[in-house]
Amino acid sequence: MAKILKSEDIKIILATDCGSTTTKAVLIQFVDGVYRLTHRGEAPTTVETPFEDVTKGVLNAITELEELSGRKILDDDKIISPVKENVGVDIYISTSSAGGGLQMMVGGVVKGMTGESATRAALGAGAIVMDVLASNDGRLYHEKVKRIRQLRPDMILLSGGVDGGTVPHVVELAEILETANPKPRLGINYKLPVIYAGNIDARDEISKRLSEKSDLTMVDNIRPTLDRENLQPSRDRIHDLFMEHVMAQAPGYKKLMSWTDAPIMPTPGAVGEIIQQIAKKESISVVGVDIGGATTDVFSVFQGQFNRTVSANLGMSYSVCNVLAEAGNENVLKWTPFEVDERELTNQIANKMIRPTTVPQSMKALKIEQAIAREALRLSFEQHKSFAVNLKGVQQERTISDAFEQTESGETLVDLMELDLIVGSGGVLSHAPRRQQAARMMIDAFLPEGITQIAVDSIFMMPQLGVLSTVHPKAAVEVFDKDCMVRLGTCIAPVGEIKNGKSMMTYKLEFQNGTIESGELLPGELILFPTPYAPLKAEFIPAKNFDVGKGKNQPVNTEIFGGEVGIILDGRGRRPFEIPKDSDSRMQKLLEWSKVTNEYPLTEDSK
Amino acid sequence: MSRSYTPGLKVLHKTLVQKTRLLPLKGKVQGTIGEQVSPDTIVASTNIPGNIKMLNIANTLNIEPDTIFDYMQVDIDEEIQKGQLIAESKGLFGFFKTQVFSPIDGTLGNVSDVTGQVILNEPPIPIEVDAYTSGKIIEVIPEEGVVVETEASLIQGILGVGGESRGLIKILVKSPDQEITEELLTEDCEDKIIVGGSYISHQVFEKAQKLNVSAIVVGGFHYKDINKILGYALGVAITGSENLKTSLILTEGFGKIAMAQRTFDLLKENEGEFVAVNGATQIRAGVIRPEVLVPKTSSDSITHSLDDEGQAISENSIVRVIRDPYFGLIGKVKSLPSKLIRVESETMVRVAEVEFEDGNVSVIPRANLEMILSD
Repeated sequence: MAKILKSEDIKIILATDCGSTTTKAVLIQFVDGVYRLTHRGEAPTTVETPFEDVTKGVLNAITELEELSGRKILDDDKIISPVKENVGVDIYISTSSAGGGLQMMVGGVVKGMTGESATRAALGAGAIVMDVLASNDGRLYHEKVKRIRQLRPDMILLSGGVDGGTVPHVVELAEILETANPKPRLGINYKLPVIYAGNIDARDEISKRLSEKSDLTMVDNIRPTLDRENLQPSRDRIHDLFMEHVMAQAPGYKKLMSWTDAPIMPTPGAVGEIIQQIAKKESISVVGVDIGGATTDVFSVFQGQFNRTVSANLGMSYSVCNVLAEAGNENVLKWTPFEVDERELTNQIANKMIRPTTVPQSMKALKIEQAIAREALRLSFEQHKSFAVNLKGVQQERTISDAFEQTESGETLVDLMELDLIVGSGGVLSHAPRRQQAARMMIDAFLPEGITQIAVDSIFMMPQLGVLSTVHPKAAVEVFDKDCMVRLGTCIAPVGEIKNGKSMMTYKLEFQNGTIESGELLPGELILFPTPYAPLKAEFIPAKNFDVGKGKNQPVNTEIFGGEVGIILDGRGRRPFEIPKDSDSRMQKLLEWSKVTNEYPLTEDSK
Repeated sequence: MSRSYTPGLKVLHKTLVQKTRLLPLKGKVQGTIGEQVSPDTIVASTNIPGNIKMLNIANTLNIEPDTIFDYMQVDIDEEIQKGQLIAESKGLFGFFKTQVFSPIDGTLGNVSDVTGQVILNEPPIPIEVDAYTSGKIIEVIPEEGVVVETEASLIQGILGVGGESRGLIKILVKSPDQEITEELLTEDCEDKIIVGGSYISHQVFEKAQKLNVSAIVVGGFHYKDINKILGYALGVAITGSENLKTSLILTEGFGKIAMAQRTFDLLKENEGEFVAVNGATQIRAGVIRPEVLVPKTSSDSITHSLDDEGQAISENSIVRVIRDPYFGLIGKVKSLPSKLIRVESETMVRVAEVEFEDGNVSVIPRANLEMILSD
């Protein structure tokens, strides 16, 4: 790690993000008194043989950056730092999500209580939960032992019992682990990390049983009392262990660490930093999404509370078949504006899974990819809604009766009517050939209600800016405002029961050039008014029992913003949003919506 | 000259292959450095813990859990026989004792003075790791396994299901674009590694399983059929532990796709040879490809060794297109323009100009090309 320069001496910044599929490099330069993104390059991530070294992909991406910028950055596979005359960079920083997923088992005394809290903690930290062990899960002791031995998780989170509550049941879970004596999936030479986050009174007994056989750490009880849930200490510890054990298994990761001028940040963590800054700066509710090759991360800030979930097996390449399996073929097919043989569709999607770095060359392939992206986004958002529950700090207050009814545990914080801004990131959104496609994918997947701004990370650089904000906040904010966030526009979607094709609302828009557009929004309609990112006066009068953001029947007079796409009035309904079931009507509607929003080239409609 | 790095699959006549053969848990390594091994040679072994039985002694004896040690008749880790007395209550004046007998042969694993439960372990289950291929042991990893080195023809596939398997290669089709059909599968396919062309249907695969075919190497298979043979949806490409009688290795991908001519030719060249195959695949960090390995003992020199340079696409590289609309076609790179080009999907990408075997030239995103690493 090179010596860190003073903030004002940093003029040239190199940042990379090593995704599971692609490694992205950006060059930020101080030009005419401000920091601007000047160039970007990318290359496939090189975790596969024969490279098996993440730094190769980094060097390839930087080489592309050199070719495009004409600036020499590398000297014989080494980054020149700090700047010497006209070569090199002042600092180099990186984020990484390479290394595969984190596979965990969790345990709790009662499956629907501490078991569920432990699941929520693990999922929130980005893990795949392989199984939930619980005293009441209906399996016999030896069956649980066998299961643990079979699964070989990367890590185990053991909870159980409120503080001062049951000890024997928690100890029994520890004894099951002791008997199973599981070995970690990766690496034969280190002990399996076990986090204990249960009844504080059982700590000594747990320690007696597990401290020798595992890498045992204790954190605060995940459920200190029945009506309080305290997930953060467990999540933080999972995250630390993930970095120490799982990420470190990614080939070349240690070498990459030695190159950077700041600790490598996990990609979701870096994106979370930026999302929180947006919400804070503008005092708004935000949903951010980063859809990657293996995982999709959803971030939200509602009522000032930040939440993050990582859908570890919902992604656009490595885990694309899992999206297909979870969504079902019919849900993916409903977004394709052409007839497609189900077998052909599944083969195409599966081929993307086994050749994850390929890009859609034909228009048809692009449409299929964007269809599946809608479902990946929708499923990830569903998961986020069920885990972003109303925890106040570390103390979520619940009544005892709530605690016994855990199927709908906690009320979700995600209120689509309250939502002000959706920001999308990730290859399929940032690299969509038309910005309209990114806007449509996000609107179709998230179904925002009332008035919601839509933005996209222009070239998928939120991760790099997230880590930059920890080193050089000024540069991060300037680049974010000027080069990263592309305002696509505003979506206005009235919510209410649609009746017999009657109007959902009337609208009046006064554009900056003085023109006025007014009319009615009918059910099933999408209307686009292309207009750049600038304020315009808007009046929306909802039809009887409809809500556009201020309550049923309440008119809204406000200022809204256009963007690269413009103002989208969405009359396709919410709660439920439905696409016609019969094939001809469905395709006709999809083509109509595409045409109105200029989503795809018209000549390709029949494809 | 412009270059582009890309992943590729190996199709090599003769190369030096090293196979690391590891135990799942620490154990004993039998092999020694320099030892010549055959595929069946056991190179390492260990015992995995046996199944367990749990008895709630405190309940049975009607005692407090924290007094359980006063009633145990055997010590932790002591061997026990089925029917042996393992715990006994004190009774009344030495009479009316309640006794607990072991239901299994094994050892006493654990006694909990918190829950009052006793765990009995059945005898450990021995597991052995063989050499997988003939060759020479070049490294011993203490307590874990060995590295076996051999000269071999190596054919990598793109995805496999099922684990390791062995047998003689039998080519079932005349050309790489021919499907394996039911009538081609005869009883003499038993224990063989059969090679087809473009495709095998689910129905024919099932027949192969009935005939005890060791493994099938074929160009393509339908994704939905993979799910049928596994009994669940294959969500991510991480395989190898499936319990299949017949392993399946796809050389090209999902759908009906002719096997690459070079792959087919090399397999055909080795017809009748004894080969080792492994369907294990991992398309994630630390990628693993399914493979067909044909150990070679002839004195021919190594025809190919791989280094990073060999992975770079450059002008005149032979490449295969790995995505629609040219999926499966093989061609030669004519040029690698450095500017971003807009393709039909309107995506701006770096491309290669590729001349196909029929003389047609097309512009293909570089990301959609795969090197054919052939010799």
